[in-house]
Amino acid sequence: MAMTEQRVSYTLDSSLETIDNAEEKATRIATELGFPDDEIMQISMAVREGAVNAVLHGNAYAPDKKVILAFERTGGDLIITIRDQGVGMDLSKIPNPLAPENLLKTSGRGIFLMRSFMDVVEIRPTQTGTELKLIKHVHGPTAGGKEASQ
Amino acid sequence: MSMKVASRQVDGVTIVDCSGRITLGEGSVILRDTVRELLGKGNKKIVLNLQDVNYIDSSGIGELVSAFTTTKNQGGELKLLNLTKKVNDLLQITKLYTVFDVKDDEASAVKSFK
Repeated sequence: MAMTEQRVSYTLDSSLETIDNAEEKATRIATELGFPDDEIMQISMAVREGAVNAVLHGNAYAPDKKVILAFERTGGDLIITIRDQGVGMDLSKIPNPLAPENLLKTSGRGIFLMRSFMDVVEIRPTQTGTELKLIKHVHGPTAGGKEASQ
Repeated sequence: MSMKVASRQVDGVTIVDCSGRITLGEGSVILRDTVRELLGKGNKKIVLNLQDVNYIDSSGIGELVSAFTTTKNQGGELKLLNLTKKVNDLLQITKLYTVFDVKDDEASAVKSFK
């Protein structure tokens, strides 16, 4: 579905394929919206990391649990939400990956990368899992695409 | 593009030419298995040539760290060679550039083990 509409949403399985799929959709939509190449990479990588969290840490690959991925263009923002149906996460327990004692840890960099690449990253519990919201401001004059009514 | 690796020996150093994506799943597994196999055969001077690696996610970064520490714990050394700008930027923002020994030409990478 093209991002000429204001919002597109996908319901995806809790699988490795979903992670690649989410990244591909993000790349395509960011490209359609006219983001520059470096920001397309940032958006697609942030979505990939968000999808990894949803599939692995949220839904834990459970076949009966879904990942809801949505892209929305509102004004000057691209808003991406990723919802899972897992038990949620305690953000206070995620260590700072830049702390010297954590540099050699083999995990724990996903949220840090999302925060590095996006303008806004919000994580909140929902009644059925966790919702991640990623926002990237549209900067360039060509970015924006064509909005249509739903 | 999935991850591919090919190993070769240069003056007692194993150069692992990597290409594709080091991401959660196959890419990370291939890298892990390759390094474990090399260490198992006694090859403890390892250079990962990442010239043709166009994408790494947080799992791939974790796998690089794991390869580094596993090699070090077995008395070996693992260095990185020919980072693309994307991979270089990732190692910079994660502060791992200060952890890895990063080289930009193969001859100096090989020589640095001696």
